[in-house]
Amino acid sequence: MAVHLDARPPAVPAPRRSHPDRGHRLARLDTRFSPYLYIAPFFLLFAVFGLYPLGYTLWVSLHDWDLLGASPTFVGAQNYRQLMSDPDFWNSVVNTLGIFALSTVPQMLLALWLANLLNRQLRGRTGWRMAVLVPNVTSTAAVAIVFGVLFSREFGMINWLLDLVGIDPVNWKANRLASWVAISAMVDWRWTGYNALIFLAAMQAIPRDLYESASIDGAGRARQFWSITVPLLKPTIVFAVIISTIGGLQLFTEPRLFHSGTNAIRGGPLRESQTMTMYMFENAFAPHYNFGYGSAVAWLLFALIAIVAAVNVLVLRRLGGGRREETR
Amino acid sequence: MVIFSRRRLGVALVATAALLGTAACGGADAADDGTVTLTVDVFGQFGYDELYKEYMASHPGVKIVERGTGSNLDEYSPKLTQWLAAGKGAGDVVAIEEGLLVEYKANPQNFVNLLDHGAADLKGNFLEWKWNQGLTADGKQLIGLGTDVGGIAICYRKDLFAKAGLPTERDEVSRLWPTWQDFIKVGEQFTAKNTGASFLDGATNTFNTILLQTAGNTTGYSYYDTSDNLVVDSNPAVRQAYDTTMDIIDSGLSGKYGSWSEEWVSAFKQSKFATIACPSWMTGVIEGNAGEGAKGKWDIAQVPGSGGNWGGSFLAVPKQTKHRAEAIELAKFLTSAKGQIGAFKAKGALPSSPQALDDPAIADSTDAYFSGAPVGKIFSAGAKSLKPVYMGPKNQAVRTEVENAVRTVELGQRSPGQGWTDAVTNAKKAAAK
Repeated sequence: MAVHLDARPPAVPAPRRSHPDRGHRLARLDTRFSPYLYIAPFFLLFAVFGLYPLGYTLWVSLHDWDLLGASPTFVGAQNYRQLMSDPDFWNSVVNTLGIFALSTVPQMLLALWLANLLNRQLRGRTGWRMAVLVPNVTSTAAVAIVFGVLFSREFGMINWLLDLVGIDPVNWKANRLASWVAISAMVDWRWTGYNALIFLAAMQAIPRDLYESASIDGAGRARQFWSITVPLLKPTIVFAVIISTIGGLQLFTEPRLFHSGTNAIRGGPLRESQTMTMYMFENAFAPHYNFGYGSAVAWLLFALIAIVAAVNVLVLRRLGGGRREETR
Repeated sequence: MVIFSRRRLGVALVATAALLGTAACGGADAADDGTVTLTVDVFGQFGYDELYKEYMASHPGVKIVERGTGSNLDEYSPKLTQWLAAGKGAGDVVAIEEGLLVEYKANPQNFVNLLDHGAADLKGNFLEWKWNQGLTADGKQLIGLGTDVGGIAICYRKDLFAKAGLPTERDEVSRLWPTWQDFIKVGEQFTAKNTGASFLDGATNTFNTILLQTAGNTTGYSYYDTSDNLVVDSNPAVRQAYDTTMDIIDSGLSGKYGSWSEEWVSAFKQSKFATIACPSWMTGVIEGNAGEGAKGKWDIAQVPGSGGNWGGSFLAVPKQTKHRAEAIELAKFLTSAKGQIGAFKAKGALPSSPQALDDPAIADSTDAYFSGAPVGKIFSAGAKSLKPVYMGPKNQAVRTEVENAVRTVELGQRSPGQGWTDAVTNAKKAAAK
């Protein structure tokens, strides 16, 4: 096919002269369909790697499907009904949302603060700006393993430090809040710098004269930050929140590798930090190999992300409207 | 203008076609140059390196590659299951642990029936129960040939025992604990001496050891009876093992290190516990975790109670293999008495072949790492008279729930009573999934 098309152009001029309107028709076809062809690669890839797995997962989720079994049986919505009354599933939903909230809020505040610092006149500014991105380029698996050791019950550095100031050791892996904090710390360590750079880029787009007139009016640095920087940064903040929503709700590597040993997929003896993706894995693969049930978890995760995304869009609209009024 | 547009159309078409082409051609097979490459999938340490070399020397057309060496069973088994489900990716010969074998036996269509390939003649090469474990329920298909068995002992730290004023010589130590209750008493004495180490590594592995021993000596099954009914709450062996484990926890003997976790591995290195329930394959794990520095500090004594088997594996040939005949031949070689002796010498895997167990190479073997303990004698003593424990279809998932309940009690998150209720409820839930 490719060879045929490449070979055509030299032969084209002659027919064009004898059939002018044929070339015209081709041109019209071109303007009409070329754009679709240009974007086709994305949609083809999306169909193969996005849409097809999505549909197939839905199909699987309607079956009693043993991963190894020869013939899955159609069971309709039974997997979903069972999930609705599965306390372990709801536990994983709460964990996911809890870790998400616990990691995102401090992360955004810290990133704002960092960006504000980096926005000042600093010696070696580019160096600092690059430095905050370094945690982001390290491998998640390595980060998770290192944090898993830092937060170890007996040999961990965090408990050693707590001991120095007279606090009893915490069992980070078998305590719900503690494990959420540890995992959030891991997420924040990795992503705060990334978000700080995004905020920094947006901050640099804020006109200097706003700050100048504010300081003439007697506003201090803090006042300038909260009354000028933060309001003008709102759309960027929403963007950053959406990005971390998508990542946060699919959190897997960090909590999975935070736990080690047998049944690490449970996220602690009482499933203290088992996220939805971990619960999905536990059901679809070891030890249950119940592919149908795992697929149902995947679809409910999809639904949850859609809901949270919708909330984000609503918030974005309101903020967007507010901003327009401000600039008017 | 027109030419330009048309070329643009062409470029777009070419790009699309090229993309489709790339998407369409996936895994092309490497060209065959006459030699057959056999992939062997294992977990942990099977100790086959020398055997591969020998086999390749006598079979010039065969090249063997081993994958998964040193990996955790928890990582290995989902991968193998995915390969089998996908019909692609599995090795030509795969190792299967006995706990997982029951799941695979329920779906025997994924494996070559070794009985169709002359394996029936090999029956005498294996302990009878090991051979039977590899057969499907109807006895018509043989999925795997046995590799090793897991005779149980107690591995202990001589230096820590000396520090606590306990005897250190292995026969004397064995005499300290004829029963698990005696074992607990010794543990209490040890704990009272404040050596800075706990008596046991953790409760879950100990629980499983006691359960498999008790079940083997009484009912012959653990979580499922032989008709595949879940009996976690009615089998006295399960309750008895649970109660004994609760006594161990109550007496403060456990170091609470979650088995196979990073902390557990560190605890080995830092000499944080004095004893560990020790199926024969555990000796290799201890050596790996505790390292060269602890060589000669460990020794092996008899297990309280009597006998018991934990673990052991099989080699199977997935139906998806492209080299069926060669793979079967290799599996037969590796599970032969000779192959099993080789594996024992390399990594301490106790043979499941009676001929190998009787072989002087095993019977007279000692392990320098464990202060020259006569490992062959200690572990093989029980292996031949052993009564196997039947495992039901969802054994792995149920075991996970029960052991996890033990773990929550060990960590003080649940009382023993609550832990038992959790174990039963969650086990039933897991079995129904």
